[in-house]
Amino acid sequence: MARNERVAVVGVGQTKYAATRGDVSLPGLLREAVFRALDDAGMAMGDIDAVVLGKAPDFFEGLMMPEPYLADALGAVGKPLLRVHTAGSVGGSTAIVAAGLVEARVHRRVLTVGWQMQSCSEAMWALSLPMPFQQQLVAGAGGYFAPFIRAYMQRSEAPDDIGILVALKDRRNALKNPYAHLHEPDISYDSIKESLMLWDPIRYAETCPSSDGAIAMVLTDEAGGDAAARPPAWVHGMAFRSEPVMAVGRDEVSPLAGRQCAADVYAQAGITDPREQLDVVEMYVPFSWYEPMWLENLGFAEVGDGWKLTEKGVTALDGDLPVNPSGGVLSSNPIGASGMIRFGEAALQVRGQAGEHQVDGARLALGHAYGGGAQFFAMWVVGADKP
Amino acid sequence: MSEIAELPEGLWYQPDVDTSQIPAIAGVEAVRSIRVPARVEYLYTPGRAPTRFLRALAEKRIMGERCPVTGKVYVPPRGVSPVVGLPTEEQVELGHRGTVTTFCVVDIAFTGQVTETPFVSALVLIDGADITLHGLIQGIPPADVRPGMRVEAVWVPDDELSTSFENIRWWRPSGEPDVDPDTIREYL
Repeated sequence: MARNERVAVVGVGQTKYAATRGDVSLPGLLREAVFRALDDAGMAMGDIDAVVLGKAPDFFEGLMMPEPYLADALGAVGKPLLRVHTAGSVGGSTAIVAAGLVEARVHRRVLTVGWQMQSCSEAMWALSLPMPFQQQLVAGAGGYFAPFIRAYMQRSEAPDDIGILVALKDRRNALKNPYAHLHEPDISYDSIKESLMLWDPIRYAETCPSSDGAIAMVLTDEAGGDAAARPPAWVHGMAFRSEPVMAVGRDEVSPLAGRQCAADVYAQAGITDPREQLDVVEMYVPFSWYEPMWLENLGFAEVGDGWKLTEKGVTALDGDLPVNPSGGVLSSNPIGASGMIRFGEAALQVRGQAGEHQVDGARLALGHAYGGGAQFFAMWVVGADKP
Repeated sequence: MSEIAELPEGLWYQPDVDTSQIPAIAGVEAVRSIRVPARVEYLYTPGRAPTRFLRALAEKRIMGERCPVTGKVYVPPRGVSPVVGLPTEEQVELGHRGTVTTFCVVDIAFTGQVTETPFVSALVLIDGADITLHGLIQGIPPADVRPGMRVEAVWVPDDELSTSFENIRWWRPSGEPDVDPDTIREYL
């Protein structure tokens, strides 16, 4: 049987992320990311065979099924256009669907775009549609995840301030990323600690912002990667997994779907020791404590030990396993784009194109996304070398 | 810090509106956005299992359904065991008390919020069930809530009972001794 086509990331384009991008329309926002990705790839819209889009649920913007009207702005008229839906992990899943079209030799050059314009609506309201079979608690995403963070803190017996350390690291990393939404040069351990406790144990400064923004990537086959204008990132493995949100025995601190997704993607990439072999990780951390939680779920630390890597500075930009050099979701969160930003930033790192937040010598990187009630997972491993 | 890439050719940003040339509106701040209240109403059609659950709630009973393979009891029942994919047909009447497994204290107000802040949002393992439900905890200062705490349902008056989970207004401490949190570790 012929092997699958190799997939190369040859272009990445991002918008400036901001609470309100009042200076562009939604199509304009997407075009900003798309044109930058095409510029990076040395291509024009006419070179693209198909477009794969992803964004979080339509209630988040109050704009239903925007993809047909965006087709023109994205140069997708007359081309296959596909939309992917997996809640907050959608950016990652969308990139994987796009890469799958290349891997399966359906298309040679695929444009993939993730976005959110959170300023258009009340995302928290969209998350809280009343159902008659459950209690009406409008508590937002933080209210959903905070009890699991509390459970993690109790199980792992981690010091109370690990979340503060994560937030401080990510927001300082964001100062090196011109596209990041939050640039807070004066942020400090104390300012985070003193910020309002929104969903005890989650503080305001340990929470992701609401952002407008988009990211686009151009994916090609092996020939496209060989001919790329700039060094490409090669896809070494990709996988998604999901699990039912309400299943007896489900562990929402370290979901099985996340562990299995990581095992699959590592097996594809030939990774047996992720801590040793991966050079950098872009991980979906919307609330600070998810860094240590995912470090365990993704096999970088033993169960109960994730927080020790954070505490020792292992995940800092100059540590031996930098996590979220871009500043992560804690610094920019256009929800539907956030997963793809993790995938795109991983690609930028192994291409040596990450600018001031570049990790020296990064050759192999993990991009990670999760969504829903921690029930959707999407991951890819990209490398500077061909798989 | 490095700079954002230049805007690609052919794109432009929306220029600020210049009102100074029109005397009638000179000095008026340009409108950048408007807030439009939105409302969505829908008829909810429950399936067979949620129908059984909701009708029982109207009789002040909490009904779960048992997975035919694992024996685990689901509430609210959705008619199928998500673990084995088979129908959950056996009805199991659950208690009106439960145990807090974990929780958070919500101190942020959102549009549409029905409860005064701060309030405790907890996961409650109802007696007889094998899965937790989100529940509001009242009748105790938030700082005193803890995993393993026993709670009881506070129902609306009988003449207000309907086919809705709103029948349970919240959960309050039952006064029973705490459950050892280690014994409920597998339930989050």
